[in-house]
Amino acid sequence: MDTVLCGSAHVYGDDIDTDRIIPGKYTKTLDLQSLADHVLEDLDPEFRLRMRPGDMIIAGDNFGCGSSREQAPLALKTAGVSVVIARYFARIFYRNAINVGLPALEVPDLRAETGDEFTVDLAQGVVRNTTQGTEHQADRMPEVMMAILHSGGLVAYLRAHGTYPPTEPIGTTP
Amino acid sequence: MTEPMGQTLSEKILSHHAGRSVAAGELVVVNVDGSMASDTTAPLTIKAFEEMGGKQVHDPSRTCLVIDHAAPAPNERIGNLHELMRQFARDQGTVLYDVGAGICHQLMVDNVHVRPGELFIGADSHTCSYGALGAFATGVGSTDLAAVWRTGKTWLKVPQTIRVEVDGTLRPGVQAKDLTLFLVGELGISGATYQAIEFCGSGVEQLDLGGRFTLANMAIEMGAKVGLVHPEGLSLPYEFTPLRPDDDARYVRHLSYDVDDLAPQLSAPGSPDDVHGLERYAGTPITYAFIGSCVNGRLEDLHTAARVLRDAHIAPGVRLVIAPASRDIFLRALGDGTVAELTRAGATFLPSGCGPCVGTHAGVPGDGETVISTANRNFTGRMGNPRAHVFLGAPSSVAAAALTGRITDPTPFLED
Repeated sequence: MDTVLCGSAHVYGDDIDTDRIIPGKYTKTLDLQSLADHVLEDLDPEFRLRMRPGDMIIAGDNFGCGSSREQAPLALKTAGVSVVIARYFARIFYRNAINVGLPALEVPDLRAETGDEFTVDLAQGVVRNTTQGTEHQADRMPEVMMAILHSGGLVAYLRAHGTYPPTEPIGTTP
Repeated sequence: MTEPMGQTLSEKILSHHAGRSVAAGELVVVNVDGSMASDTTAPLTIKAFEEMGGKQVHDPSRTCLVIDHAAPAPNERIGNLHELMRQFARDQGTVLYDVGAGICHQLMVDNVHVRPGELFIGADSHTCSYGALGAFATGVGSTDLAAVWRTGKTWLKVPQTIRVEVDGTLRPGVQAKDLTLFLVGELGISGATYQAIEFCGSGVEQLDLGGRFTLANMAIEMGAKVGLVHPEGLSLPYEFTPLRPDDDARYVRHLSYDVDDLAPQLSAPGSPDDVHGLERYAGTPITYAFIGSCVNGRLEDLHTAARVLRDAHIAPGVRLVIAPASRDIFLRALGDGTVAELTRAGATFLPSGCGPCVGTHAGVPGDGETVISTANRNFTGRMGNPRAHVFLGAPSSVAAAALTGRITDPTPFLED
């Protein structure tokens, strides 16, 4: 997985639900390209025409709320979105994105306009808006999620490890 | 030596399943008691399970596959996905509920695939419904569920808990759904993100299992990981040990409400948490009314609708579509005359399942239509058409709107 990503931003607001990321009527399929063909269709009908591979989604609070459909991050990833950055994610979407290998970063104080160019260092969690000349630090994700993301997703992680690592009580980890 | 800290319900259940005492904020790998996937999520789960090297599902007798979201199949693509599920269930020896058996969540509770105190993972966000029983039940995506099938475990962050105390008595004709929508409005769609909710108080103790199910079901519309209802007043058709939090458990927030004066509530089109008193929208014309979904497709909901529509007929130009939450509910409603009564009143019955709630097949609204539904979501496009406007309400409010053709206070119809 590339750890430094470059692309331009598509900026949306708060509480973008998974029905708007990929409507339920398109979710019953194993054909990932057909998901990508309809990604964000009801929210931003022009998105598919505008976006270029490597572009980034930047949103506010609670991105990906609602249905647990993993088709939402799969649609974004298959469409060529390189990373989703939000102030914070709805819990299931956050897990799903990392599980399918779509990087997802929580950045509390991000400034962005659609069209701004970004450089994202996944390993360091550093997000640079090169258009506006600002730099932001992403919140640290739980270690197990970091390990899954570095493997390229949960399928690859479990193929390699067979199961989850044991967890330690708070206070005993360095 | 410090005294052990008091535990919330989530901390108790997760400690039990982690094999050690855990507290909010810790990451834990826990043993999973049971799991479930629907026809929206199971095909991707099967694919991920095979790709991650899975050969045999961890505990087939506690693994359920349910064909409910687009059932019967509306096209060959979905028909083939259903066949994939049937074949997998046969090969693996898992439980399969086929077309028409009902909605996954209703089946998990009614057929005792989940019990109080258990840890249950479902590839459907409304899995939190089983908090009605006091089970730690939460929704995940397909790949997380495949990992449960492969390992028998999942990882979780032990959530902080918001304690929501509801006191008082609902007025006649005001339903558990009105209380639930009210709380969704109060907490907001992200109000409890990453957190658990515990529901308690006299107003919750009076709820029957169905009412508790409605309340816990929409914990996800409050953003919560789980919504656990305290066991006081809970009655189940089998013996169980009630699980309570410790008196000195630590909560991140305490909220309390008195519901003596609560009026019927509606969620306005666009987001479930845009909740207002129904009065604000009284008189708004509707053309389509839906009763069903995992939150309100139960026998008592059909009974409520039948009371409102007794000896009457729905308004001209209105469609009333009903999808009972399970075949068993449908059978009981057939047996006691409710289906006949509602059909005479002009209702159209769909097979048991998710019906129009997910916008995949039966009952997609047309452009510009105003819909009133007992479901739990009204995000733009949810019912299959982004140009339709969907209100969410209690079964009483949906039936009253079907009767008059306008959003109408249902309480006068339910006062006797």
